[in-house]
Amino acid sequence: MLDLSALTPVDLHYQVGKLLSDYVECIDDDRLEEWPDLFVEDCLYQVIARENADRGLPTSAMYCDSRGMLRDRVVALRHANIYAKHYYRHVLSNVNVKGVQDGEVLVQSNYVVLQTLVEGDTKVFNAGKYLDRIVATPDGLRFKRKVVVFDTYRIPNLLVTPL
Amino acid sequence: MNAIREPALGHLRWPTAGGSRVPYGVFTDPAIYELEQQRLFRGDAWSFVALEAEIPASGDYKSTFVGDSPVVVSRAEDGSIHAYVNRCAHRGAAICRELRGNVQNHTCVYHQWAYDLKGNLIGVPFRRGLNGQGGMPADFDMKKHGLQKLRVESYGGLVFATFSESVEPLPDYLGPMPCKAIDRIMNRPITVLGDQRQYVAGNWKLYAENTRDPYHASLLHLFHCTFGLYRSSQKGVSVMDAKRRHSMLTAMRGTDEGMVDGYQDTRTYNTDFTLADPSVLAGRPEFDDGVTLVILAVFPNLVVQQIANTLAVRQIIPRGVDKFELVWTQFGYVDDDAQMQAIRNKQGNLIGPAGLISMEDGEAVEIVHRSIIRDQDQTSYIAMGGEQAKDAEHLVTEGSIIGFWEYYREAMGWAA
Repeated sequence: MLDLSALTPVDLHYQVGKLLSDYVECIDDDRLEEWPDLFVEDCLYQVIARENADRGLPTSAMYCDSRGMLRDRVVALRHANIYAKHYYRHVLSNVNVKGVQDGEVLVQSNYVVLQTLVEGDTKVFNAGKYLDRIVATPDGLRFKRKVVVFDTYRIPNLLVTPL
Repeated sequence: MNAIREPALGHLRWPTAGGSRVPYGVFTDPAIYELEQQRLFRGDAWSFVALEAEIPASGDYKSTFVGDSPVVVSRAEDGSIHAYVNRCAHRGAAICRELRGNVQNHTCVYHQWAYDLKGNLIGVPFRRGLNGQGGMPADFDMKKHGLQKLRVESYGGLVFATFSESVEPLPDYLGPMPCKAIDRIMNRPITVLGDQRQYVAGNWKLYAENTRDPYHASLLHLFHCTFGLYRSSQKGVSVMDAKRRHSMLTAMRGTDEGMVDGYQDTRTYNTDFTLADPSVLAGRPEFDDGVTLVILAVFPNLVVQQIANTLAVRQIIPRGVDKFELVWTQFGYVDDDAQMQAIRNKQGNLIGPAGLISMEDGEAVEIVHRSIIRDQDQTSYIAMGGEQAKDAEHLVTEGSIIGFWEYYREAMGWAA
């Protein structure tokens, strides 16, 4: 298992960047069944509009406090929910590893999600920031907590695929 | 009413009396949209604009819309609530550029005309000119240049506004059925939990139909049906007010076990679908009557909901003939304990634009809107439950949709 405190800042940044890249790739390449594996069992995944986050209000678009709930989201979107076929493309930037605190790496980054519908045109679907707490596990770095604060508070039609 | 802009209604034909056949043109015709703004949203109707709990203190305000008219809802020093058009009386600039906030007065940034919290003009820079030059005309009367004010009334903590001088007082407009349903949910002080905004590429009336439609809810929303949150086989009602403009559907969870035979041929009832973490469904009984789902649709722009332990108002804001915005404001009670707060938080996964049981409604609106753009004289066919606008003690009906259309025709001035 990685010893976070023994890593140089450059190595830590590389490891964090790899996890974030794996995260967006697994969504963008539609390998959603693998997406919950990037979280620890006892995790928090919250997708919240900036207008609520700024006011300290809890209303979230998604609020999952276990890996089981993440799996349920994927099962639901595969089998239960009805929506138009679409592709995501995440653009990730400003990955800022802020430090290690109580065994958790604190990271903030920016994302833009472009969405392409079957008609073929690509539009900015959502933009915001990731506030991540990442821990070392025997399987590598995993998200303990991922809070997605989205600036695009008006959601076009619906949000089914995780951000 | 402005006669020059009056569009003709005659070019759309309703093939039958009543509301069971709706010409698709009412969803797509810009002239109809214009007339709706005049006769419905600026006509004899009360539009929902805010929860009182959103603007609890003096100076608190919220920017919103009545129809597509921008409006500010504001609480004055004496506690009274006011609504006025968000447009400076001088040259028409928006006086309020934030979604919400707290101010002593509203000042237009363009030329700094200032208004008090009731919308009265209180200050005009350089009113008497500078050094004896310029200034407003001698007969300029501040009292005549306030913001355009709307009538405002509250019921059960829900604030409504209207441009109409003639519409009846709010409790009469709502009528006994909606008032009782609002009294039930708004039975004690509430606290706002946040907003979600959903932008749907379809006509606003497709959503008005959707929320009056108990038939679709257990067929479109697999999650709903599989986990028993809502099924048409449950005990429930579909009822309207006396004028058939408002409607409510209710359901009681746990009343149809062993009697879901009708679903065998549907896609929706999937007994193989299980949850790894069923805590999203865990909740508490909240109301003594055993009703676990309420969708109260108040004409023209409000839905009040109780779904399990989620409480919310949904405001419908038309943004043109083929777009509307849906603002979900979720709330709980001030006296909720920590466990109830956690329940509401987690059950929030069920509702809103990412809601496991609600996301399909935006999709349903869009797939209809895209398919009806041509053939405006062709119509929908609304007949489930007997093709009549009547109340039902069951959920296999489209009666409230027909009622909506009958009232709509009347309010728009179409002959029945």
